[in-house]
Amino acid sequence: MNLTLIEKRLLNEFQHNFPLTARPYAEIASRLDVSEEFIIETLDKLHKQKAISRVGAVFTPNRIGVSTLAAMSVPEDELEKVADMVSGYVEVNHNYEREHDFNLWFVLTATDDQHLQTVLQDIEAGTGYKVMSLPLLEDYHIDLGFNLQWT
Amino acid sequence: MKKVQQPDKDGVQLLDEQDKALVGLIQSGLPICSRPYQSLGEQAGIAEEEVIARLQKMQQTGCIRRMGVIVRHRELGYRANAMVVWDVPDEKVSEMGRCMSQFEFITLCYRRPRCLPDWPYNLFCMIHGHSREEAMQNLDEMIGKCKIEYKHQVLFSRRCFKQRGAVYQPEASISDSVKSELAESFAFTKIVSGTR
Repeated sequence: MNLTLIEKRLLNEFQHNFPLTARPYAEIASRLDVSEEFIIETLDKLHKQKAISRVGAVFTPNRIGVSTLAAMSVPEDELEKVADMVSGYVEVNHNYEREHDFNLWFVLTATDDQHLQTVLQDIEAGTGYKVMSLPLLEDYHIDLGFNLQWT
Repeated sequence: MKKVQQPDKDGVQLLDEQDKALVGLIQSGLPICSRPYQSLGEQAGIAEEEVIARLQKMQQTGCIRRMGVIVRHRELGYRANAMVVWDVPDEKVSEMGRCMSQFEFITLCYRRPRCLPDWPYNLFCMIHGHSREEAMQNLDEMIGKCKIEYKHQVLFSRRCFKQRGAVYQPEASISDSVKSELAESFAFTKIVSGTR
């Protein structure tokens, strides 16, 4: 992806401390010395290009809900079908194929554990494959975003 | 399936109904328009200033960890992304987790339960690089600096089937059977989804 200097700065310098003022994009614009309109257009474009998933909030795990990392071991020829079923749940926010016997890994988030368990059981019943659930116990990372290095 | 997990009581109690409505509205992202908080306020039925004040408070109390641009590093050149899992003695796991978290190329670091006999690993981190070589170099650097001598596996990501922000309200896509089983237990959820 070819990015301009402004786009690179927009991606790297505003991953946290997003302005909580009436016109946050105008404030970002003034820091980058461009217009508010330009920032709005650029963010729209970066979103369409899938460089950003959103402008928004990251909620602290286990603070207003519960989450678990779940894994399944699925035969290669079934993987896409099973993965699509899993992705269809609104509770699933990340879903990846990984290099391992446990080859499908997804994160589930819900407001309470009972709901989480019900969805896990629903996935097992729907796909016919066992789900290993590894709920979050402790979080060590202080998340200030990701410092992108450009090559 | 396993163990009952509880959200942090303080976290839930810190949110009133309007906060929960706001959470429901921002979980898929802030509007990208000149007055995003005003637009959220209109949807939630509260004033712009109050939206801002509530989001400020949610950050201060730790319900929101950060607000800003959420990047997709895979699309931005980080083609090699791996979950590295470690089998660390329980008494060492916090120390190791904190050490690993310092590195720029680490984005997540969690302790999770083992699931024996299939799964002996209790510490998980995500490591990133532009290439596999770079990711593995990063891993070696971390192993050296944190003096890690525990069994581990590197699970590189292949296909990404889904990546989005967490959703704390469930209505949209779960099956009817799940919905009916859940219908009674969702004080929080009802409030959130009721506003949509």
